[in-house]
Amino acid sequence: MSDQTIPVSGSLQAAYPERGTLLEWLHGWIVTVDHKKLGILYITYALFFLLVGGVEAMLIRIQLMVPHNHVISPEMYDELFTMHGTTMVFLVGMPILFGFANYLVPIMIGARDMAFPRLNAFSFWLTAFGGLLLYYSFLGGFGLYGMGNAPDVGWFAYAPLTGKSFSPGHNMDYWALALIVSGFGTVGTAINIIATTVSLRCKGMTFFRMPLFVWLLLVVSALTLVTITPLTAAQVMLLLDRYLGAHFFDAQAGGSPMLWIHFFWIFGHPEVYVLVLPAFAIANEVIPVFSRKAIFGYPAMVAASVGIGFTSLAVWAHHMFTVGMSSAGNSFFVISTMVVGIFTGIKVFNWLATMWGGSITFSTPMLFCTGFLFQFLIAGLTGIMLAVAPWDWQLHNSYFLIAHFHYVLVGAIIMCIFAGFYYWFPKATGRMMSETLGKWHFWVFIIGFHMSFDTMHFVGLLGMPRSIYTYEPNRGWDTLNLIITIGAFVQAVGVLIFVWNLVHAYFRGKLAGPDPWDAWTLEWATPSPPPAYNFAVEPEVRSRRPLWDIKHPNDPDWKYEQ
Amino acid sequence: MSDLPIFADEPWILPSRGRIAMWSLIVAESAIFSLFVVAYIYYIGRDQFGPTPSVLDRPILNTVCLLSSSLTIWIAERAIEQGRMRRFAIFWAITILLGLKFIIGTITEFRTLINRDGLTIDANLFGTTFYSLVGLHATHVLVGLVGLSLILAFTLFGKVNRSHAERIQVFSMYWHFVDAVWVVVFTVVYIVGK
Ligand code: HEM
Ligand SMILES: [Cu+2]
Repeated sequence: MSDQTIPVSGSLQAAYPERGTLLEWLHGWIVTVDHKKLGILYITYALFFLLVGGVEAMLIRIQLMVPHNHVISPEMYDELFTMHGTTMVFLVGMPILFGFANYLVPIMIGARDMAFPRLNAFSFWLTAFGGLLLYYSFLGGFGLYGMGNAPDVGWFAYAPLTGKSFSPGHNMDYWALALIVSGFGTVGTAINIIATTVSLRCKGMTFFRMPLFVWLLLVVSALTLVTITPLTAAQVMLLLDRYLGAHFFDAQAGGSPMLWIHFFWIFGHPEVYVLVLPAFAIANEVIPVFSRKAIFGYPAMVAASVGIGFTSLAVWAHHMFTVGMSSAGNSFFVISTMVVGIFTGIKVFNWLATMWGGSITFSTPMLFCTGFLFQFLIAGLTGIMLAVAPWDWQLHNSYFLIAHFHYVLVGAIIMCIFAGFYYWFPKATGRMMSETLGKWHFWVFIIGFHMSFDTMHFVGLLGMPRSIYTYEPNRGWDTLNLIITIGAFVQAVGVLIFVWNLVHAYFRGKLAGPDPWDAWTLEWATPSPPPAYNFAVEPEVRSRRPLWDIKHPNDPDWKYEQ
Repeated sequence: MSDLPIFADEPWILPSRGRIAMWSLIVAESAIFSLFVVAYIYYIGRDQFGPTPSVLDRPILNTVCLLSSSLTIWIAERAIEQGRMRRFAIFWAITILLGLKFIIGTITEFRTLINRDGLTIDANLFGTTFYSLVGLHATHVLVGLVGLSLILAFTLFGKVNRSHAERIQVFSMYWHFVDAVWVVVFTVVYIVGK
């Protein structure tokens, strides 16, 4: 099957454009409005910052490797963990997932581009310049310590530390402005994805025939509209405080730092779902293909995703159990958080049921998705534990919390992103990534992951708080911290194998053909890489698995699907 | 291998992407306004010093102008749909005038508050939340006015015709939204909070 072109209307053989000079090539990427090129730009940009954020994490871990360590200064340490968090959430997580969305959503629904190609390019460049602005603070943010200064108050930037009197330089201004700029870009892309999905579906692609990937990105985009904007609003208030002497978060004039904490988590909690839902989306495509079964419980998956979208708007104060809310408030947020667990559980069971009885092949994408399932389960369980207010009073802001959310962000999201790379790289470049290197990548990375993040739970239970510069010996933390740091190095090796695999495959990988995985969604009906117009003739679909219908004319899905 | 089945029987009409996008933008903007409204309400009556909301005069005329501009822009929308371009231009221009009146009204209001009552953004919590909420809304009106004026200019140069009706209507959704927000702001600031 894999070396044939699927005769879906429109899959003309790609006419490769002639290679011009370097300058023409560069110009082409800068002025492009093609959703596929912009998707690749997003992803490359995010990969770059993944490495930057990774180096920051390594420095943090080196500092914490042994007690009483002084590899970097305390000031530098504060900047590193702030920039690490901000980078990973805003410059890696969001752009990489929006990159996948940009590339895949239009092809999957049989469209030729996004609804607003120029808005798409504009949004990308806003995001890109936001990132540069944030990092310029290392050079230009004349701050407290007399040199260039990056933001250093944590990625949640709690008041009153952000006020003029405590952050006198420009570091907070860089932080706020950079995120406002990239936030506009994010909202632009979200609007674009919504309009594309609703208004550009090809003939026959009803809502309930859309691939789950597209469904999830529709939910994510809708969620983004009401998630990023509160942060923008709060940051505008912060800038008003800092520049015009307003008093939103200024306790001396009666303002309330609590207001900032609420506003930040009204953004912050839905934000983590904005990050995780696209990861689910990738798993939704990969798991069925490698289990050779249609996804189990499609309507339940859609319902659970929409359900998560709504409930995630009403759980934010589970980040605030220790700031002193009323017991009614605490109870409400305990219960609403548990409800999110129910929806998530539905999804996990559906993935398992999809795999159940399938003829599974553990190619690299599937390996990563299996790892994701396992780790996401544990992450969800520690989440439920932290959602119990008394437990949280004990462990809030300890390494147990850090372990919980890294289990999700690395153990689930990054794993799915890796799966997405191995799965769609052949489509985007026409070449396969190496399976051998892929398996090395998987095993090295996952061993490092468990060394670091399993251990973090224990050091957290033993009382080690987050964001500390160094610690006393003989508290039972020494060996554990050493193991965490070694695990971090192992993970770094895994990532380097991955990067090498990417580069190698790009130039030397074996040719992929249009449909290397024998998959079922529309992107595999185009040549690899797809031509600029995607489909010469608009495709028409009649079921959730249009390519299955073509490949099995005697047993098409549309006979059974409602 | 056969080709995909053709099924001309299913009608296939999708919503306009412009409208969907504008609705999405409106949702996003509403979230921004909500936070400023929440901050305003949260800080009502918490000041220990400085002017209080009792210094405010209700901007009734301004409100009437802004709200009626929603009506005039609606008439303009209908006019362009029917291809009556003169009527469109006239009502579009009236909309701009009404919007301008609103902005000028806001400027005078701010001036009096600053000069007569000493209410500035750094005076106290009331000043902080008042100027940022009302100012945020006024900024949206200004942005709307720029858009409206551009469209008017294109109309006067004869570049706008009936085929643009859909786009004009999408733009008007923004203006209706700004007007609707004013109803909320007015209620919160000049009725509930006073
Ligand atoms: C079943 C799902 C989940 C539950 C029940 C849950 C629960 C919680 C709770 C209660 C906290 C607060 C702990 C504290 O502050 O002491 C927390 C923190 C956190 N969670 Fe989760 N969570 C879940 C899923 C996720 C997901 C999917 C992500 C990310 C994609 C995530 C990322 C985070 C982050 C980043 C923090 C801490 C932020 C900070 O303080 O800097 N969680 N989670
Ligand atoms: Cu949360």
